[in-house]
Amino acid sequence: MKRLLTGNEAIAHGAWEAGVAFASAYPGTPSSEILANVARYKEIKSEWAPNEKVALEAAIGASLGGVRSIAAMKHVGVNVAADPLFTYAYMGVSGGMVLISADEPGQHSSQNEQDNRWYAVSAKLPMFEPSNSQECRDMLAEAYDISEKYDAPVLMRVTTRICHSKSIVDTSDRKEVAAKPYKKQPEKNLMVPHYARMRRAVVEQRMNDLAEYTEVSPFNYIEKGGKIGVIASGMCYHFAREVFGDDVTYLKLGFTNPLPSGLLAKFYDMVDEVYIIEENDPYIENWVKAQGYSCKGKDTLPPFGEMTPDVIRKAVRGEELPVIDYDRGLVVPRPPTLCAGCPHRGFFYELSKLKNVAISGDIGCYTLGFAPPYNAMDTCLCMGGAFSVAHGMQEAFDHSGQNVRAIGVLGDSTFFHTGINSLMEIAYNGSKAISVILDNRITGMTGHQENPGSGRLLGGDPAPVMKIMDIVKALGFKHVFEVNPNDIKAMKKTFADALALDEASVIVTVWPCPLKRMDEEERGLFGNPFTTRCVVDQDKCIGCKLCIKCGCPALSMNRAIKKAEIDAPQCVGCDVCVQICPKQAIAKEVK
Amino acid sequence: MTKSILLVGVGGQGTILASKLLTIGLMQSGYDVKMSEIHGMSQRGGSVSSQVRYGKRVESPVIELGGADILISFEKMEALRWLEYLRKDGKAVVNDYQINPMPVVSGVADYSDKIGDELAAKVADITFVKAFDEAMALGNPKVLNIVLLGTIVKMMNLTDIDWNAIIAAEVKKNFIELNQKALARGLELV
Repeated sequence: MKRLLTGNEAIAHGAWEAGVAFASAYPGTPSSEILANVARYKEIKSEWAPNEKVALEAAIGASLGGVRSIAAMKHVGVNVAADPLFTYAYMGVSGGMVLISADEPGQHSSQNEQDNRWYAVSAKLPMFEPSNSQECRDMLAEAYDISEKYDAPVLMRVTTRICHSKSIVDTSDRKEVAAKPYKKQPEKNLMVPHYARMRRAVVEQRMNDLAEYTEVSPFNYIEKGGKIGVIASGMCYHFAREVFGDDVTYLKLGFTNPLPSGLLAKFYDMVDEVYIIEENDPYIENWVKAQGYSCKGKDTLPPFGEMTPDVIRKAVRGEELPVIDYDRGLVVPRPPTLCAGCPHRGFFYELSKLKNVAISGDIGCYTLGFAPPYNAMDTCLCMGGAFSVAHGMQEAFDHSGQNVRAIGVLGDSTFFHTGINSLMEIAYNGSKAISVILDNRITGMTGHQENPGSGRLLGGDPAPVMKIMDIVKALGFKHVFEVNPNDIKAMKKTFADALALDEASVIVTVWPCPLKRMDEEERGLFGNPFTTRCVVDQDKCIGCKLCIKCGCPALSMNRAIKKAEIDAPQCVGCDVCVQICPKQAIAKEVK
Repeated sequence: MTKSILLVGVGGQGTILASKLLTIGLMQSGYDVKMSEIHGMSQRGGSVSSQVRYGKRVESPVIELGGADILISFEKMEALRWLEYLRKDGKAVVNDYQINPMPVVSGVADYSDKIGDELAAKVADITFVKAFDEAMALGNPKVLNIVLLGTIVKMMNLTDIDWNAIIAAEVKKNFIELNQKALARGLELV
């Protein structure tokens, strides 16, 4: 059956077709929709894990348990999961296992542009790189066969344009795969040094065996054209074809660790000069050069960013399509903003007023607190790092006599991810850093995935709610504050109380994301929120613009009458502006 | 010859549903189709784009600078932001509607009243439509995306495709008739 699928949807369908029985992931752009789609198939037990390491470990466990499994994550998530990945490469699989790594050339929604193909080299894993949705499905079927035939976990590396582009896919039905009966084999599955040394040799032999497969893999092939040669993998193959069409000879690489040296030699016999079109690092280029061939690659094309057709056209041919010239000065940037009613607004409004503080942020919607009008974030490093970074900063400030208080800020999902470990660091080593957990009861930025504190599982079934307050108290903190971040007086007092202490404290702000799907019980917990809206009484408004400073997208100044206005459809009645207005000019009404 | 349609707007305006229906229609009528979107942070009120390409065999799902045959903008300033992606002789349909970006809301930048004039001066074949008002007249501002889909269908000569059947198959039952009316209205606007 032919369908139009994104790469993420095609991976999900491919996993279903390949008989996968277990799937786990932590959301992260551009990988998030993989598991959301896998969860549609009832034959696959699909789960959100607290973080990527746990997701991969669960998938490894399912593989050891005898069934085919899949784990999916964004590129930086593989860093978190690297520990189990490297050693599972030694153990090998029982049921086939595939790890999807979704890289981000161009960094549309990411903090770096790392090239995860090096993980395949470094961990000695077979690797596939699909170039469209059809190949996502086809290569996944092959990947499970390769995983079981060569006894290796497989890395499938995709990129944003693969994940989030739709193309036509010919799909088929699910092929059930019988579970392998569990067998105790510590010499293979228990990596103490003695067994690990023995497995090290097995891994080497496996790479030699795979070096034969890569020469005959149906996903590595030459397309004969002219005397100019182009080598590409992934989306770069289609980007290159857009520019060069049938005029050049292509070496299309789909199985990319190990790479096919024999096929490369054959390709070089057919062409006079070679261009390597690849995003991120010169992965293919370094290999080609190591084989003793000359080529044009990163010396000709940009060293980073996406190699879209216009980029290739300009770099290789010196050509640009004519474009319309216009007055760019008229265009104002449109950065993402915290939504109307976002519970982070009241928090950042008050946080932005504090003096002599260093604010260590983290990854989520609340990272937007760095932007105007709040400017209330000084650093943001990685998932779960806010508290440990704040701890180190505080130690440095105290050691060097600087009068600065470190405040760590992260969200509920990030707390469960790895923030909980960072909080242990403060509880154990005892700096006076202030830690804030913004609990909006959902994983917001990546599109509302459930987490251990949200009350639901991936499929929507109810789940026990891990109570953040209880966890924090169990870690032994003496000073723990719970506050409604929409109550800016309470927020202000909580900051004052925490800053007055000469030891660590934890602040938990609790209010749901206004976009969260809630049942009656959860709505009841918060007094049926988001059912009111705020309106400006134009007679009372003096046009002082104080309310505008809370940065709500529903609020604006009507310049003609010099009064504030509230966009009725957007407003959900969070009340932050009501409390800010010095003239009580903002009233509430039922939506 | 591969054709390229660029839909741009502000997160939440419904560009994704419009481009989804468009791609389904194109696929069902036998074209090879590719579409590319960037999700992630853009859903928080940022600038968004959907890129649709169709033809006998489509390679890149991404439209290059100066490569779009038609630019459909759901918001006025977004049309200008993405104008460098339009072919020099390309067509544009612009929803004459203003959504203030945060720097304008917070008063540090101005939403210039010259944007419409600049667009009209730089694009030979441009049509301004009041899709929001049209959608309101139909009873639901949200269907402005389908009104704009109607303009694409007309401008790209895709009226042979049975769009009413596609809407019936893809849209929630209670909204089928509304969306069909919105599409028909869009066809009349250009």
